[in-house]
Order: sequence, then structure tokens, then C-alpha cells
Amino acid sequence: MKRIGFIIQKEFKQIFRNKGMLPIIFIMPLVQLIILSNAATFEIKNIKFSYIDHDHSVTSRALMDKFEASNYFNIVADFPSKAQADAAMQNGDVDVILEIPPFFERNLQKEKQSELGIAINAIDGAAAGVENVYINQIVQRFNRDIKVKLLQPSDLKLQPVKIESIPLFWYNETLNYKTFMVPGILVLLVTMISLFLSGMNVVREKEIGTLEQINVTPIRKREFIIGKLFPFWILGMTILSIGLIIAKLIFSIPIVGSLWLMYGFTSIYILVVLGIGLFISNFTNTQQQAMFISWFFMVIFILMSGLFTPIESMPKWAQAITEFNPIKYFVEVMRMVMLKGSGFSDISMQFTKTLAYALAINGLAVWSYRKIS
Amino acid sequence: MNPFFGFIKKEIYHILRDKRSLIILLGMPVVQILLFGFAITNEINNVDIAILDHSKDVATREITNKISSSKYFSINRLITNEANIKTVFKKGKVKAVIVFEKDFSRNLIRDRKATVQIITDATDPNTANTISNYISSILQNYQKEQNKATPPTYQIVSKTRMVYNPELKSAYMFVPGVMTVILMLISAMMTSISITREKELGTMEVLLVSPLKPIQVITGKVVPYIFLSVFNAIVIVVLGIFVFKMPVQGSLFWLGLESVLFIITSLALGILISTLSATQQTAMMLSLMGLMLPTILLSGFIFPISSMPVILQVISNIIPAKWFIIIVKGILLKGVNMAFIWKETLVLMAMALFFIGLSVKKYKTRLE
Repeated sequence: MKRIGFIIQKEFKQIFRNKGMLPIIFIMPLVQLIILSNAATFEIKNIKFSYIDHDHSVTSRALMDKFEASNYFNIVADFPSKAQADAAMQNGDVDVILEIPPFFERNLQKEKQSELGIAINAIDGAAAGVENVYINQIVQRFNRDIKVKLLQPSDLKLQPVKIESIPLFWYNETLNYKTFMVPGILVLLVTMISLFLSGMNVVREKEIGTLEQINVTPIRKREFIIGKLFPFWILGMTILSIGLIIAKLIFSIPIVGSLWLMYGFTSIYILVVLGIGLFISNFTNTQQQAMFISWFFMVIFILMSGLFTPIESMPKWAQAITEFNPIKYFVEVMRMVMLKGSGFSDISMQFTKTLAYALAINGLAVWSYRKIS
Repeated sequence: MNPFFGFIKKEIYHILRDKRSLIILLGMPVVQILLFGFAITNEINNVDIAILDHSKDVATREITNKISSSKYFSINRLITNEANIKTVFKKGKVKAVIVFEKDFSRNLIRDRKATVQIITDATDPNTANTISNYISSILQNYQKEQNKATPPTYQIVSKTRMVYNPELKSAYMFVPGVMTVILMLISAMMTSISITREKELGTMEVLLVSPLKPIQVITGKVVPYIFLSVFNAIVIVVLGIFVFKMPVQGSLFWLGLESVLFIITSLALGILISTLSATQQTAMMLSLMGLMLPTILLSGFIFPISSMPVILQVISNIIPAKWFIIIVKGILLKGVNMAFIWKETLVLMAMALFFIGLSVKKYKTRLE
């Protein structure tokens, strides 16, 4: 037991002695949390909007005014010809081109119908879909107005039926992306720090040659691993706590559920990440290799965690892979507990899986560590 | 022999000798692009939803059938009272609940108007919003069918054309981003420890007493990795085109040149990190922690830059990946030529020069 104490003391000293690392461990993650949480939004606004008006009528002018009044659209240009508009889209200056054909107003009055051409830059398919919805909302509202204006009493024989849909957004009425992103990004930062530090730790001693000195001491494998894990576990918990305070104070993220439950889960989760790090460390010879492998797994863990793009959208085989992604469970639990106030019975599945993961990976790490080189 | 070429030869030996790292460096991008190209999408498929039907009549049954037959949704369960909505949301599987009011059909026929509530779990606002929009459009289609009999009224019909990506495939958005992010991170990571490693292992002294000038040491470190990265870039682009069916509207020759430029910029950034840090650990943490999330989040790879707060839009300009993503999308999807992307190209060039210049300046010719 005493031996664990010594190794923990040594690790802490090494962490705090390296002055170049301290800001990277403590300040960089928090700065990133504050800045990047603002970046992660799928909300579509400031759409670069332009139009070509071949009609120049009162109606076409009125329609454009509707777009101008909307908050979503940013009218950047009024093109005299289609060629110019297309070139602007190629150049990336505009994302939406609305083309009003000649005789727009006359057709509407005479034939009760007229067409409107819309071209949307659809490279970002999801954004294009949303832009299309916004445009159609405006056009439909405009339709309603002209109906009222132009409709003759004779047209009012049978009123069309109408289904009104009322969207309700629970837990996040204003669709605030920060509520969604801050807990997630915090999870990523805690994971990255824990994984990278533990992943490079043992292998560093190997490379510098100090591991041999430890190997000749009477310390047991188990004690060595625990002593190596504990300081990073404390670091991870500290960063999480500071992050939660930032979430609460700066982003006013609601923390609905139990803090105890969150900490309970995190304490096991960090063990998983540290276990993976140690495992990588055991199987590599140089810090370089350890870094490449940690990077490889980290990118996969991040992009397949369901944080940025939903897991449900992935193909089945990819969804199966995410079952092995610890970040997935952590993100789910943080969101469920923080935002929905889920209790232990709601997260028991994630909890059991993470616990099993922690036991398995740390068992492997202890098993694969060799005191003989 | 020219000492400079000797130095490059030494670097190449170092790279080739560490077989494990070499396999990782060449294998990782392949695995990642295959994985991410398929998995990263925000198209909605088979989302679990629940129905709370207070009327259970012809109309609600028809609408329910329509919803369950669409590929976007699968109806996970029918619930019987409002209190259960909270319970299913807390379990986390069901993402939306559709509530039909009482006497839905009767209201629709008699009052010509009926109401549906679409309750979504907005802890994920993006999915919530998309689900809500999709269900609304299913309802609208139903409404249109019911109204076929009524005579047409004054209206503007919009004809929408989705330019560059008519089928709204999310691969068109994400594959160029995945290509860029992987190339950028892997290049910067490779060189970020190259000089620190020499410092830590003690071989730096040998380099310092050699006749090599700082600029030669730095170029010598970059050159071998250019070949490695170009190889990676070719593999990535080939996979993008053949596996993910990215269209090639523009010239592959220009894409190649631009890729080399981007690789040099990324490698130079790695070298800069390397000259600034004292230990390998610091260098790695800087290139891993410092670059990973900012590159993923601020480059426009996943999140549209134009929606970010102005200050972040300004900050995004210093992310090299942002410019390369614009270039890749421009050449592959829009088929533009240099006339349209010279600005982005110049920015990347300026960045590369800046990184190399600063590295040379910060390169210490003396040991502490």
C-alpha cells in the first residue's frame, strides 16, 4: 500500500514539474470549451441570398420584401442575369438564387398560378434542406396573403381542409445548440486529456529508460498500474468539475439531474479511458507510436460518438462499432442526466456496459504489463 | 556528398526503420476514411418515434401508416397517455412523439381543421428540428391529397433545384471534410515531434554542430514527409472517388497541386510546434489537443461557418483546413478553375511561408 503512495507522489511531481505542460492540461481544454461550444451549431442563419427579377412588378417586389424582412436571409445581391448569378454561386458568394420569371404577376392574376425558380447550393445537403423549408414557408405565407387579396366570392365554394401541426421541442424549447454541445465537448476534452496523458506515460519511461529502474523495485504490477492511473484520474475529475462550473456560469446550461450520479458515472468512465491509454502504452515502444495510435482511436471515438452527427443515421455495421466507443455512453449519460434529469434506472444500461468495459480493459492493461523487458 | 542530401537521407532512414509507425501512418488514413465516409452523415433514417392517438379513427390511422411507411421513421410504440411521454424520452430511445387530438377525423371534416402535436426530444436540436420538418411535410402531403377535389386557388409554385448535389447526399458535404481533416492532422502530427525528439534523445547537439543551416534542417525534416503525405493524399482521393462516388467536375491535376501545397502547410505547422516545445510530450499534446477539436469544429467540416458568431468566423480564418475544404469542394463538386480559388490558394501559401519562417526564427542554435 505504501508503495502505491510513493508512485502516486512521483507522478504528481512529474506532472507539476513540467511547466510547459501545465497550461496545456489545465488552460487549453477550458479555453476550447468556451470557444468551441459556440462554433458547434447546425442552426442555419445568415443565408447568402440573391435574386434575379425578370418581372419587376409590384408582386415580385412584394415577395422580395418578405425575404428581406426574414432573419434567416441575408440579401447579398440582385443579379441582372442568370449567368452572373451562377458565377457568383460557383465562387461561393451566394448560396441561394431566386429567379422570378417574366410575366410573373400577369400569370398569377390571369392563370391563378405562376412559377418561381429556386436554386440552392446543396453541397451541404442538410443545410440545403433547411434553407428550402425556410424559403417555402415564406412563399406559402405570401400565397396566403395573395389569396386573401385576389380571391373572388365565387371561388369560395368548398374550403380546403387544413391540418395544423404544432411542433413542441422538449427539454430545449429554443433549440439552443449550446445546451446540446457544451456537455458533449466537455466530455471530449476530459477524454482527450486522460487518454493522451496515460497513453504516453509508461512508454515515455520506456523510451527514457527509467522504466527499468521501476521494474527492479519490489512494486507489484497491480500497484504500479493503480499508482499510474490515480493521478490522471484526479486530473480528469478536476477538469470535469471546472468544466461543469463553466457550463453553469458562462453558458447557463441547466443541470437537472443528480450531480452524484454524474460524478459516479464519470469516475468509472475515466477508468475506461485511462485503461485504454495504459494498454496502448504497454504495446508500443516509442512515444511516437503511442501518439499515433491514441490519435487514431481518439478521432474514431470523437466522430462516431453521436456528438456531431447522430448514431441512428449510421449504417448498421457502423452502429455496431459504436457499441465499443466509451465516449458514446458518456455523451448519452451526460445529456440524459444533465438535461433530462434521468435517474439511475434510466442509465443502468450505459452504466453496466461502462463498468464492464472498465474492468475488462484495466484487467488487460495489468495482464499485458511486463516487468521484464 | 552534399550535407543537405545526407541529412534528408538520414531522415528517410529514420522513417523507414520504424516499421510500426510507418504501417500506422499509411494504414490509419485508409481505415478512417472508409469508416467516416460511411458513418458520418446527418441524413435521418429509421428514427424511433411513438404515437399517442386520442381518436383512433380513419384519418389518424392513415397518417400513422404514412409515417411508418416512410424510410425516415419507424414507429417504436403506441402510448396511451400524456404521462408516458416523459418516461419514453427519459429512456432516450424514442426521439419524437406524435399526438393526435380527440375526434381528429370529425374536426377535419366538420371544422375543416384538425391539430397534431409533434413533440420532439430537443436535447439534440438538429435531429429534433429535422424530424419536426419531415413529419410536417408528411402531414402536408396528406392534406394535399384530401384537398384534391377543391378547385385551385391563386398561388405561387416554387420549383427548387438543388445545385451541385441534387440528391442531397451527405457524403458530398462530409467526404471532402474527412479528407482534409485526416490529411491535416496526420501531417502536422508527423513532424510535430521530429525536432523535439532529437532534443530529447540528445542527438540535437550533433545537428547543431553540423554545417547545416536552420532552414536546411527544417526543410530536410519536411521533405521526406511530403512523400508520405502525398501517398496518403492519393489513397484518400482515390477512395473518395471510387468508394464514395465523389464526382470530379474539375481538374485532378490542380487538385494534386493544391494537395501538395496543403500538405506542406500542415507539415510546416507541425515543424513550428516542434521548434516551440521542449519535450515530445509537450509537442504531442500541442498537436493532438491543440489541433484536433479546432480543426474539426472550425473548418466548416461539420458545422457551417456562416452560422457561427462573427468572432468565430474571424478565428476560423487561421485554420488551414478551412481553406483547403473550400478548394476541394470547389474542384470536385463545382468544377471551378484557378480563377475561383486563387484567393484560398494564396492564403495557404502565405500560411506555409509564415510557419516555416517562424520555425527558422525560433530554431535555437544553442542548447540551454
